[in-house]
Amino acid sequence: MPPGQETLTRPSTERRAPARRRTPVKIGQNRTHPMWFLAPAFAILFVFFFLPTLFNFIYAFTDWSSFKSDIRPVGFDNFSYLLSDGTLFSALRITVVYAALVALFQNLFGFGLAVLLEKDTWLNRVARLFFLIPVLMSALAVGYIFQALLKPDGSLNDLLSALTGQQVNIAWLGSTTWTLVLAAIIHAWKWMGLSMLIYLAGLKTVPEDVTEAAKMDGASSWQAFWSIRFPLLAPAITFNVATALLGSMNGFDIVQALTGGGPARSTEILNIFIYRTFGQGLFAQATTMSLVLFLMVALLAFPVIRILRKREQIL
Amino acid sequence: MTVPVFGAPARHRVPVHRPRGLAARLRPFAVVALVVLVMGVPLWLVVVTAAKSQSEALSPDLSLPSHWHLWDNLAQVWQQGEIPGAFLGSLLVVAPSVALVLTLGSMASWILARRAGRINAVLYALAISGIVLPPAVITIVLLLRQLGLAGSPAGMIGVYVGIYLSTVIFFVTGFVRTVPLSLEEAARMDGAGPVRVFVSVILPLLRPVLATATILICLYVWNDVFYAFFVVGGRLDTLPLNLFQVANAGLYLNNWHLIFAYIILMSLPLLIVFAVAQRKIISGITGGAVK
Repeated sequence: MPPGQETLTRPSTERRAPARRRTPVKIGQNRTHPMWFLAPAFAILFVFFFLPTLFNFIYAFTDWSSFKSDIRPVGFDNFSYLLSDGTLFSALRITVVYAALVALFQNLFGFGLAVLLEKDTWLNRVARLFFLIPVLMSALAVGYIFQALLKPDGSLNDLLSALTGQQVNIAWLGSTTWTLVLAAIIHAWKWMGLSMLIYLAGLKTVPEDVTEAAKMDGASSWQAFWSIRFPLLAPAITFNVATALLGSMNGFDIVQALTGGGPARSTEILNIFIYRTFGQGLFAQATTMSLVLFLMVALLAFPVIRILRKREQIL
Repeated sequence: MTVPVFGAPARHRVPVHRPRGLAARLRPFAVVALVVLVMGVPLWLVVVTAAKSQSEALSPDLSLPSHWHLWDNLAQVWQQGEIPGAFLGSLLVVAPSVALVLTLGSMASWILARRAGRINAVLYALAISGIVLPPAVITIVLLLRQLGLAGSPAGMIGVYVGIYLSTVIFFVTGFVRTVPLSLEEAARMDGAGPVRVFVSVILPLLRPVLATATILICLYVWNDVFYAFFVVGGRLDTLPLNLFQVANAGLYLNNWHLIFAYIILMSLPLLIVFAVAQRKIISGITGGAVK
């Protein structure tokens, strides 16, 4: 058994004990917790999740497209084509950089907001509601709003011009290096309200007398915060980092509405590539990229699952 | 209960807090400035641009419109963007998806949380694998065609349920494990079968975690455009899909006033639900996520 799987299937210690008296327990289980309760959920999972994933492994090796009716196997042609023309690595790199930046910014913003708005004053409560509005909005809408804000003749440049007294004409969405960073910041802007809520809930779980006791012992507020409250936020950090990473890895709407993958395809994350090639009728290539995304996430996912499982066992 | 409340005001007089006095006094201003800059500017842009005439909205800025056309624009979008149809389409997909994913997910979670053994552990790992693994969106389209479900609401619902079942099963299984077995056993002593135990003992106890799951999945499904584009694009209208199509099609090209009017109309349902039930929603999200 490969080491990754071991952590997935290892039964926890509390469950190992009843398994020793196997037969009577099994009969009892079947009567009190019948397996058919699992059937509908697994039927849907099989048809709409596992089967398409299996198909991915087949159709990535064919020449399936909208241009001809028959589908023939072509081996690794799709992979070598995407490798040779550089798209595979550039899309992979862009996706990973985007996901890492989103995880970083979303947590920094969410954490900062949680610390700033921690006290339950009416002002803070109102402010929290405001920061939750983008969470409710469609990601597509967020993309269009920022496209309008960041145009060369858009409002951000107007604001900057008014502040500096000179005409500012920065093409915010025109840089092949920085536009991706901006897109990640906007993605983080949309979701930071949710991260803030999770961090606020995490901060609330730390009993106040613990920090008070530390201060009595001579710790400064700064020390009390970083060495006592911050470590206790671990579950909130795990949850937020994991959801931010996975959400941005599967991202599409914000970047599509903001830049459509440009300039010069420098913000073309995997899902935008899939969308574009699918629109061109190159189904096999789109499937190949979908498979690459699957493999990449699966590779990165095992540590995430392990952390989630560990957290669960502690609780 | 009375002791900490009684002691609370005294704590603030402890001299340790005094050096932070200035920062504490400046903090409300920082909060207001941040809200205005980070949230106020983009939301203001949406509202004023949605209220402008086409010529004024060509290059959207933060100035007030010379004449307010908000109602005209909303009415125009309502008709051209086929909002009523798209709204019904969204509802037609979101409501059954959420209902199904919660019902099937809780049923499976109960068994996965309670049964012991190796097979069960493998099934659980398979069931939650979808939290991290991305759905194979292109081949889903192919499969739906073969099943005769391409472009139909039923196919879309199946896809959403398949994608979000894992999330529901993960959250609910963790929650069921915290429910004491003795509650089930008491009902069983009274002669209740598994269905009865599940419906009248387990389901009511799951309310907090189901609330969290409902909110998150409603958010995802209501705003989804990626999967909807592949599965029902062009066949069934949903609100985000219509926004995507009209903003792309050139019909709304440089018609920022109409795009933003559409965004307002599209966001309103969720914003209204949020405004009415914000306290419950906030405690719902946090209650299930960080236990």
